[in-house]
Formats: sequence, C-alpha cells, structure tokens
Amino acid sequence: MNPVIKLEDIRKTYHTGEVDVHAVQGISLQILPGEFVAIMGASGSGKSTLMNLIGCLDRPTSGRFDLDGIDISTLDRNALADIRNQKIGFVFQGFNLLSRTSALENVEMPMLYSHQSRNARAQRERAQRALELVGLAQRAGHYPNQLSGGQQQRVAIARALVNQPALLLADEPTGNLDSQTSIEIMGVFQKLNDQGITIVMVTHELDIARYTKRTVVLRDGKIVTDEPVNARLRAETELRHLQEAQQAIKLTA
Amino acid sequence: MRIFATLRIALRALRRNKMRTILTMLGMIIGVGAVIASVSITSGAKQQVENQIASLGENMLLIFPGSYSSSGARLGWGNNHTLTLDDALAIQTQLQGVTAVSPENNTRVQIIAGNQNWNTRVQGESPEYLQIRQWPLAEGEMFDDQQVRTAAKVCVVGQTDVKELFPDGDALGKLINISGVPCQIIGVLQPKGLSPEGQDQDDLVIVPYTTELKRINREDWLDIILVQAVSQAAMPIVQQEITSLLIQRHHLKPGGEQDFIVRSQEDIAEAATSTARVMGFLLAGVAAVSLVVGGIGIMNIMLVSVTERTREIGIRMAVGARGGDILVQFLIEAVTLSLIGGGIGIASGMGISSFVSSLTHWPTFTPVMWIVIASLSSAIVGIISGFYPAWKASNLDPIDALRYE
Repeated sequence: MNPVIKLEDIRKTYHTGEVDVHAVQGISLQILPGEFVAIMGASGSGKSTLMNLIGCLDRPTSGRFDLDGIDISTLDRNALADIRNQKIGFVFQGFNLLSRTSALENVEMPMLYSHQSRNARAQRERAQRALELVGLAQRAGHYPNQLSGGQQQRVAIARALVNQPALLLADEPTGNLDSQTSIEIMGVFQKLNDQGITIVMVTHELDIARYTKRTVVLRDGKIVTDEPVNARLRAETELRHLQEAQQAIKLTA
Repeated sequence: MRIFATLRIALRALRRNKMRTILTMLGMIIGVGAVIASVSITSGAKQQVENQIASLGENMLLIFPGSYSSSGARLGWGNNHTLTLDDALAIQTQLQGVTAVSPENNTRVQIIAGNQNWNTRVQGESPEYLQIRQWPLAEGEMFDDQQVRTAAKVCVVGQTDVKELFPDGDALGKLINISGVPCQIIGVLQPKGLSPEGQDQDDLVIVPYTTELKRINREDWLDIILVQAVSQAAMPIVQQEITSLLIQRHHLKPGGEQDFIVRSQEDIAEAATSTARVMGFLLAGVAAVSLVVGGIGIMNIMLVSVTERTREIGIRMAVGARGGDILVQFLIEAVTLSLIGGGIGIASGMGISSFVSSLTHWPTFTPVMWIVIASLSSAIVGIISGFYPAWKASNLDPIDALRYE
C-alpha cells in the first residue's frame, strides 16, 4: 500500500533576526491509508511546524515530502493551493468558520476553489451529504453564532471532508471544547476513520491521543517515540461512562 | 460559474456592512450624478442651439460685402457696396461644387394691404432661396426664373406678415403694396420660428431679386450672396474657390485686404457652441476630480476590509483558494462597489436634470455616450482603486493569516 504521507529527513529552519531557529530537524515518517495518528509534543517541540508542512501551508527547507504520491517540496504557491484543495481537509482549534455564512455555505466553500466544475445544485447536495455524515443535516441553514462549539467543529469537519481528501488534518480540534464535547468530536473522527479516512491530529492532550491508533511524540524538532496506542479508547464507551457518572452525581446529590 | 460564486461572496460582504457600503458609494454617486446632471443640462442647451443653426439652411455659405473706410472711420462688414449681381452669376456659372445661388438685397419698408399696414423686411432673392434655406411653403408656390427675368410684381410672405396684414388668414392671391409697388402674393411660407439671435424669421416678404433691385429698392449692389454647396464635405473647397474668384473679379492682391467675407454655417455654429464646449471641458475636469475622490474612498475602505478579513482570507487559502482567487474576489468587490455607485449616480443625475427641466422648461437630455462613459469610468475607478488592496490580500501568507486575531 502506498503511504499517504512519506517524509524523508525533513528539516525546517526559520531565519528570524540573527538566530536561526531549527524548528524541525530531520523527521522521517510514513503514514499509511486508514491510519489515525496523533502528533504530540510540548509547545516548541516543532509539532505546529510539522503540521504546517504536512498541511502544505509551508515548504520544508530540505528533505523530501510525498503526499499521496506527489512530491510536494518543489511545488509553487498555486500548486500548493490546489493540493490543499484536493488532498487535505483542515480542522482547526478555533473552528475557523466564516461568520454570517450558513453552515451549508461554509461546507460548500472548498468546492468554489476546486477546478472541477460542478453546478450549484450538485455542490449543494454534496455539502448536505457531508453535513449528514457529521450528524448536522438539520442545522444546514444555521449561522455559526447559532451553533454550539461542538456543532461548529462538526461543520468544520464536514467542510474538511467535502472534497473527499486523502488526508484529514486536525490541529488541536478539541482545544476549545469541554470534555464531553471533546469525546463527541473524537467519536466523529473514529467513525470517519472506521470508514477508511486517514486522520492526522496534532494535540497536546494525552487522553485525547488515546482515541487514535498511533502516537508520534516530538521533542526539539525530532521524533522521540512512535508507537501504536495500547488500550485504545472508544468514544461511545467513554460517553456512556461519563453519562453514568453524571447520573450518579445527580442521584447522590 | 466561479465568477458568479465570487460575485455572490462580494455582494454578501458589501451587504454585511450596509452603512459603510452606502457611505463609500456616496463619493461615486455624488461625483457621477453631478456630472450626468450637468451634461444633460448643457447637452439640451447645445442641441437647441444646433437645431436653430440647422434651421438656417443646408450646406450654406454666406458672402457679405467687405468693411468700408470713410474718412478714417472704419465701418464693419456689410457696409460696403462691393458685391454685384455679376459676382453672384459668376459664382453660379463658374464654380463646380455650387448647387444654388441666391443674390440678396434687402430693405425694411412699410407694406400695406387693404386698411392694414406693417413694417417688415423685404428680401430680393432667386427662386433657389427656399431650397438653400430648407424652407417649405405652406401654400401657393415660389416665383420662377421667368418671373425673375421680367421683374414680376409677385411675392412670397412669411407667417408673421400674414397674421399682421390678413387677420382672417386668407392671404394667397391678395395684393400688397411694397414701397408703392403692388405685388401679388403667390406663396405663403411655413413658420420657421426664431433665429439663434432671437429674430423673428417669419417676419419677411420675398420678392424676385430683379423686382427688389429695379422696382422697390432701386440699388445695384447686393447685401448678401447665399450659396449652397453640393455637400458638407465640399464646403471648405467651395469657400476657398469663392474667395479666389472674388479676389480675381475685384482685382485684389492675393493675401491683401479683402472687400468681402465668406462665412459658412459652421463658423456660425462654432461661435454659438463654443461656450458649450468650454462648459464641457470644465465638466470633464470636475468628473475626473470627483472620480479620483470616489476612488480614494473605495481604496481606503477596501484596505480596511482586507485587514478586517485577514482570517477569512487565511481560511479560504487553507481550503485551496489561490492568490488569484483572492485577488479576483476583492477586485470584484471594489468594482461592484464603484459600479453600483456609478449606476445610482447616473440615475440620480438624470433625475436631477429632468427635475431642473420641469422647473425651468430648459430642454435636457442625457447622451447615451455619457452614460457609457460614466459606467466605464466607474468600472475603471473600481479596478484601479481595488487593485492594491486586492493584491495585498492575495499575497498574505496563509499561516500568518490564519493566526491573525
């Protein structure tokens, strides 16, 4: 099976002022289709830089990066934009939905920039299906400020999925959410992953990483551990536990 | 498909900040509106003048006798007696581009019909006069060459004379007494209205030039020779040829002082419309200034908008918008702003001019060309003033833009 992501000795150096910052110092990594990987590390470990590189928002200083079989390191700005459009779905910590734009239109947005022409109705239907996938079909006409944090993040996931990318890339997707909603969102990810979607997620929360299948830990721009998740958590089970615990508190109170 | 989607995004962005959008457009609206209103008003005035000049005649040249010096006092054009009937005949027979000539001698006299009398202008003319002046008859007919040869006692009268002398309106066939010469009315002219100078053109009696020269006025010189050129294009050549011919006939030195002057209808029109043209240049200046001011307003707001929406730009780039897509989005927004402003400006300008028209009864009209010019310049202003902000937006780094708070 061809890897979705293949990094070979990737380095990234920022020239800020007089000191060169070596944010990523020689990372090699392969992620296969269907994997669910958490990239972990303290702040300054280089995980954000790695995430920007994998997300094709930035180019490495040296090394080779193949995304879905395409060599990324030599592409120009416009080609990178097209790769982001076709191959990658982004989910951000702050949701990053367009305000005063309905959920459905937010989900439709990536299709505006794809070079295959679809008519408006086909786009709408596709966006509607993506919303169904994350369980928000009934909220299509709502604006972001009428939705809860969890719902907004689901809209963002639907937007990330709408162009059927090779990779779903999530940057601290639960960072702005309470613990129950976080588990719900991880449930959405697990469900999508069960359907075969490759997910890479950057997080600093250990318990969130336990919902994935594999964790890669960075320190000082290098990989320190890369191992499968033992005792993987399932979101449905954890949610049930949480509800039972809440029930118990109510009963005792 | 994509352009429509981008247009929708732009319109939504403009709707989101209604007050700001309206205020930004106001610059364009006032500028374009003022220009369209003043263009409409001056165009109306100009057209009125042009209509009046066109009513003078078709492809017409006028030859006046030259100035005259009398004991040191120089009199103006027309006060000398240098034009003769032979000059008129020479022009008619020797020049190619001439289709009609009318030798005119005129005088103001008292005319009498029955118990009515009236002071009017009597003009001796050739039968071609009406053709040159493009002046149809209401009834009867014009005198012919035979009547010219015999200095027949016939005349054609204008509407004002009919009104003054024959209150019952029936003038054809009646006799009028012109300076003691009884002339029969064989034709009545259609009304022509006022000349550009405000003269009543219908207040005249036309007689054969022979009748005027031999019987009524008893002079042997002409006051004007009217010449019709074969076409508009031929007029400068004909004007040139008449000048050469008359210099030769009057034994004048070429390039020296002339005892006659040839004026074309264009010369007259030129003088009458030159004010309008100066006005037009002034308007163009005002238009340019107001469009620049409007453009600066748009650029200012677009720069604010780009800064405000940095995060949105980052999101769009993250999901695959190219720099060019962002550029087009903001350009369309700026052009939409300026075009809508320009459109409202055109509409309100036309509204103002028709309001002025209904108030003052000035004729106004808006030339289509100016509507096109106003729309085009609005679009151009939008493109120019929107380009820098749009370019700035398209060059943002997606990582920085996403992080922007």
